[in-house]
Amino acid sequence: MNMIEAINDALHVMMGHDPDVVVFGEDVGYFGGVFRATAGLQAKFGKMRVFDTPINECGIIGAAVGMAAYGLRPVPEIQFADYIYPGLDQLISEAARLRYRSAGEFTAPITVRSPFGGGIFGGQTHSQSPEALFTHVSGLKTVIPSTPHDAKGLLIAAIEDNDPVIFFEPKRIYNGPFDGYYDHPSKTWKNYPGGQVPEGYYSIPLGKARTVREGSAMTVLVYGTMVHVAEAVLAEKGVDAEILDLRTLWPLDIEAVEKSVQKTGKCLVIHEATRTSGFGAELVSLVQERCFYHLEVPIERVTGFDTPYPHSLEWAYFPGPVRIGDAVDRLMKE
Amino acid sequence: MVDQTGRIGMPRGNLPPLELHVPEPRFRPGDPVDYSWLDIPGAGELPRFDEACEARETMPATLGMVRVLDGKHRAVGPWDPRLDPETLRRILRTMALTRAFDDRMYRGQRQGKTSFYMKCTGEEAVSVAHAYALAGDDMVFPSYRQQGILIARDYPLVEMVNQIYSNRADRLKGRQLPIMYSARDYGFFTISGNLATQFPQAVGWAMASAIKGDTRIATSFVGEGSSAEGDFHAAMTFAAVYNAPVILNVVNNQWAISSFSGFAGAERSTFAARAVGYGIAGLRVDGNDALAVYAATQWAANRARANKGPTLIEHFTYRAEGHSTSDDPSAYRSAHEREEWPLGDPVMRLARHLIALGEWDDERHAAMDREVAEEVKAAAKAAEKNGVLGHGFHHPFHTMFEDVFEDLPWNLREQAEQAIREREAKWPDARSPGTGEEGEGA
Repeated sequence: MNMIEAINDALHVMMGHDPDVVVFGEDVGYFGGVFRATAGLQAKFGKMRVFDTPINECGIIGAAVGMAAYGLRPVPEIQFADYIYPGLDQLISEAARLRYRSAGEFTAPITVRSPFGGGIFGGQTHSQSPEALFTHVSGLKTVIPSTPHDAKGLLIAAIEDNDPVIFFEPKRIYNGPFDGYYDHPSKTWKNYPGGQVPEGYYSIPLGKARTVREGSAMTVLVYGTMVHVAEAVLAEKGVDAEILDLRTLWPLDIEAVEKSVQKTGKCLVIHEATRTSGFGAELVSLVQERCFYHLEVPIERVTGFDTPYPHSLEWAYFPGPVRIGDAVDRLMKE
Repeated sequence: MVDQTGRIGMPRGNLPPLELHVPEPRFRPGDPVDYSWLDIPGAGELPRFDEACEARETMPATLGMVRVLDGKHRAVGPWDPRLDPETLRRILRTMALTRAFDDRMYRGQRQGKTSFYMKCTGEEAVSVAHAYALAGDDMVFPSYRQQGILIARDYPLVEMVNQIYSNRADRLKGRQLPIMYSARDYGFFTISGNLATQFPQAVGWAMASAIKGDTRIATSFVGEGSSAEGDFHAAMTFAAVYNAPVILNVVNNQWAISSFSGFAGAERSTFAARAVGYGIAGLRVDGNDALAVYAATQWAANRARANKGPTLIEHFTYRAEGHSTSDDPSAYRSAHEREEWPLGDPVMRLARHLIALGEWDDERHAAMDREVAEEVKAAAKAAEKNGVLGHGFHHPFHTMFEDVFEDLPWNLREQAEQAIREREAKWPDARSPGTGEEGEGA
């Protein structure tokens, strides 16, 4: 099962499981969404629970807040993460603070799904990775899966969660894992363990990282598409790295991070988003604060550049095998 | 067209330079006020449209005005809701209570018992009569000048004062700015300081009510100033698209802090007229006429409950006081504006109507005023026992970290511990009066 199918499956499971789950967004109804994540839902659950919306992210998220206040569990889709900004006030000032400002009288158990990240030649308006914005917001949970198996389990957990969750889907790996080489033949999820998706209901707790592979040479902190790129680069270099897929950026699985870095003594942080004030900066700070005396070398950070995502130079922007490889070499030289 | 040089486009010729219009209110401090420019239709003139009519048929009501009380304090015309005297007296008393509450809390702020207060003087009918025309379990997504709705729904005054004084009995744990109430069990959504955000939320709530086959409707309020926010237009679009059972209210009290309504576009159109472009029914109502507000709300509520869709109501009124205790309206508007406001005072208009009916008199009115003042005083005294802002009892430190998430994550656990450690350094004698730590325990 690919990641889109897994997400679609999770939505089918949860809509069947809980009559209060409603799904809406631009094109999500009859058509099933531009990436087909909501295909078949309207036919099965009806137009009252699965419907298209106007092109208005403020309205989509604002209505979701009201629906949540009523007692529903809205799962709105923002077609591309790049379009989420008109809905930010509703997400940041309203959904995220509803529980706090009402002292628990009102809550916003909303799961905002949105494809994010580059790698599909989407230009600067279909490729952004704005996750750091959301980890900065008190009261929001930020979740990013890296396999179909995790996507289904984490999405189910997100929908069941009583706090607002932003669920970013790395669209570059919707159809298969990605090793970072754009000229390599594309792979499918079929033969990967993460592509094996159990039927029916299961959930993966939010706030728990996944150890992609154990190792002792260094700790790699990574999420989303970059999990697979990191895995490929380190395998190719034959480095015995421990790779942690963070899965939930916030609340972060700090225990897993500390435990791993304290074991390996080296830390590499990788993300696709722009560098300055990116989530990597938070990770580096936390590791420095909490694992300083275990560190053998300075922490390395591999990221996208501080530019908008360029269209024709996408692969020059993307933090691929060369950039990651150089950082790995620097860490291993010491 | 193509000019001689081969360029495409219109030639400029000797055109005057382009210029902008920057709105300016008619009167500034010291100016005499003349309201003769204001076109106020007479009471009873506007026909009452069928509640099931097409939205566009309400266009005359968006440019005219729903008015019931005439110059002689009689209820006239097709919008007269024909309320019995007992209901009229209850509405009057609730408005008087709201005004008394505002006066006492305003003084409380001046006495340093809280940081901030916002009166709704002159606008009592907008919230109180609206609340009376709704069902008690309809959901309100208020802005910050609808305290009359809570009072109309018999929310305990002492709870309101606890919130305003941010004391240890404040059920919002002292987190919210004074007057930003939340009362789920009274159908009153938590107030946000970010303007107009509640408008699309009310539409979402109304949509949810319809999705679940409920019969409750939602209603929401913005000031005319924040009708310029994108959220207003998002809400109008969603309400129209899904025919949501919602009433969207614009309180046009003429001023958004010191910006007059022209900066929200009032010079070009009425706020009610914006409804029709969206395919929403619109009504402009005399916001100082409790009967008119009641009638318009009732019309819109019936329409929503019959699945005929949303209504935008513009309440045409005047903000008699400053925006808040932090504002000084004498610095930007003529004092005569309030004195000469042609639609009068909502409390006195309803009182005179009842007097004209032979159902009220000056003595009873004076007695009522004393009674509501006593009621408010008692509530304020009771609340003061729980502390006032900055002096006495507040919620324990740990509550600052609660309710960010359902469960406390590790970072908030650590920061809560830090706050408690800092407390010991900042206030070594945590039990001495005035430190605010009496409620914290040993």
